[in-house]
Amino acid sequence: MSLSIKDDEIDIVIGALRPDLTSFMSEWRPIFSRFHLIIVKDPDLKEELKIPEGFNLDVYKKPDIDCLVGTSTSTIFSGYSCRYFGYLVSRKKYIISVDDDCYPAKDNKGILVDAVAQHITNLTTPATPFFFNTLYDPFTEGADFVRGYPFSLRSGVQCALSCGLWLNLADYDAPTQALKPEERNSRYVDAVLTVPARTLMPISGINIAFNREVIGPALLPSLRLGGEGKFRWETMEDIWSGMCVKVACDHLGLGVKSGMPYVWRNDRGDAIASLRKEWEGVKLMEEVVPFFQSVRLPREATTTEDCVAEVANVVKEQLGSKDPIFARAAKAMVDWVMLWKSVGSSTSSPGA
Amino acid sequence: MAEPATATQAAAPAVPQLKDELDIVIPTIRNLDFLEMWRPFFQPYHLIIVQDGDPSKTIKVPDGFDYELYNRNDINRIVGPKASCISFKDSACRCFGYMVSKKKYIFTIDDDCFVAKDPSGKAINALEQHIKNLLSPSTPFFFNTLYDPFRDGADFVRGYPFSLREGVPTAVSHGLWLNIPDYDAPTQLVKPLERNTRFVDAVLTIPKGTLFPMCGMNLAFDRELIGPAMYFGLMGDGQPIGRYDDMWAGWCTKVICDHLALGVKTGLPYIYHSKASNPFVNLRKEYKGIFWQEEIIPFFQQIVLPKDCTTVQKCYIELAKQVKEKLSKVDPYFDKLAEAMVTWIEAWDELNPTGSSVTNGKAK
Repeated sequence: MSLSIKDDEIDIVIGALRPDLTSFMSEWRPIFSRFHLIIVKDPDLKEELKIPEGFNLDVYKKPDIDCLVGTSTSTIFSGYSCRYFGYLVSRKKYIISVDDDCYPAKDNKGILVDAVAQHITNLTTPATPFFFNTLYDPFTEGADFVRGYPFSLRSGVQCALSCGLWLNLADYDAPTQALKPEERNSRYVDAVLTVPARTLMPISGINIAFNREVIGPALLPSLRLGGEGKFRWETMEDIWSGMCVKVACDHLGLGVKSGMPYVWRNDRGDAIASLRKEWEGVKLMEEVVPFFQSVRLPREATTTEDCVAEVANVVKEQLGSKDPIFARAAKAMVDWVMLWKSVGSSTSSPGA
Repeated sequence: MAEPATATQAAAPAVPQLKDELDIVIPTIRNLDFLEMWRPFFQPYHLIIVQDGDPSKTIKVPDGFDYELYNRNDINRIVGPKASCISFKDSACRCFGYMVSKKKYIFTIDDDCFVAKDPSGKAINALEQHIKNLLSPSTPFFFNTLYDPFRDGADFVRGYPFSLREGVPTAVSHGLWLNIPDYDAPTQLVKPLERNTRFVDAVLTIPKGTLFPMCGMNLAFDRELIGPAMYFGLMGDGQPIGRYDDMWAGWCTKVICDHLALGVKTGLPYIYHSKASNPFVNLRKEYKGIFWQEEIIPFFQQIVLPKDCTTVQKCYIELAKQVKEKLSKVDPYFDKLAEAMVTWIEAWDELNPTGSSVTNGKAK
């Protein structure tokens, strides 16, 4: 953990889609216990949450969400999108967010991975999006920039987003997992790398961290599938949000890293059952990817809010007529920017 | 601490893949003792040895290898006056080997590179991994967060469009190095003891539109797809610069691959790099390159190749034209280099007359 980052600059946001968080919290206790946690209960979840003692946390449930944003708006926080409420109300500089079916992983030496520490390291060391370093993250211990890497690009840019990975149940879509039901990810790749500028990728919401001060508004609930469900196979909300984030980061000269830390993702759900629901998401990506690859933000968009508003505009113009889901997403993005400005925009100073 | 595998640990594969379709090109000025260690992996393949430096010296090739060897006299004889484009007193001369090869694939390796061990202690067959990389598609249009989706135990992640899952043909496989990493002279001077001990178990496609520093120490490519772009420039004797041969080839190659929808992979395999060259000697060679690359990189990043450049040669000639137009102002060296680039293509086409104007991929 970087010495210059204080624990109270970090919020850990957990979206609770299942009521019993006992084993989840117990497994993460050695890593999470020093931090403040924000637990947001899926507003659709009926049962009471079970959370073990001994954590410094705030829990937000449907009534809290309704109270802050109104009952009509609170529907945007249904399911996996409940975590965005946590991002909205947090006042910390850094947010780390993992799904509630993920546990700490072990590295190749059998040592427990401190996912929080690794995410913070990723966020507090520069990213290098303008030229690819073949030895991956040059700021890691034991590595550096290779021969041929221009010196003027070696100071890098601020890293706004850190995308972690998953051992065991990888973040595959339903068709892929259905075709290979036994496949589990056992490959621990000991690397972090910067995803180059203008290169897009599927940013999974299962294990991420970001600098809320710098990129907060771009992580947003907006694309909602018709059959959106309570398994990741039945959503694309994070993938859509991730595209917005990457486009904004590329435009604002911020970096996005991918790789470590790993979390261990538990087996859950049935890919074949989800197949029927997620097919919609799979089809949509065929439109979504070329669209985002073509987006060019104007020079006047100098803040993250500007970027989100611009993307929303272009979504409405170019995709809105193709499928109502996009028109709704565009509106949701505009609403989000307003919500962020009224509820979410400040960061408190550390210790407050 | 990384250690090389010993010769007895290296076990030959049951069936050497592509053994009649791949040449191993090795530049050398010293000796080829390192081949002993690689024997189980390399012996089934044909070697092309490019002997740099004094042609009157005899380089002994270990027994049992099938090879052709070219020294400077041979190079002069074979390409005549066009030999001016082939560097002297620099490992850049290796590209002569690419030109005279008649095979589809090339693997090139430096003579101070040995067999590495993976974390389980097993000897790594670098050639086998390069072949796997070249024979499976690349995915340059969208980044897969689980790296190469065609590897065993991996796949495309959620959100990866199905229409992009076929990928494109892989033209280049860029391997890495344990022990002595490929640092430039200033970094070597600051960190003389740093050793690369991190085994990163990944292969990944370098995205379209992204440049990278291509190292020639452990490199394989599809000669039919991209061969003419692998010109290693004018380095060494009589030239103001050294240790930028592979960099230059890499930037040209990447721009052309991006244009022709071909893929470039980097990552596995690792070799064990045993010799750290003298950083002061390196500094003198690289010095100009360190400044020039500040101009060269934006040049390559902004290049647009016209749609009618549908072959590697056409792309390369266009590149040479733009080098002359835009980089000559940096240094007259680039004028010479641009001319040498054209000479190289002429020599390539002379030595490879059939299939030299086959359209490679689709120009974007």
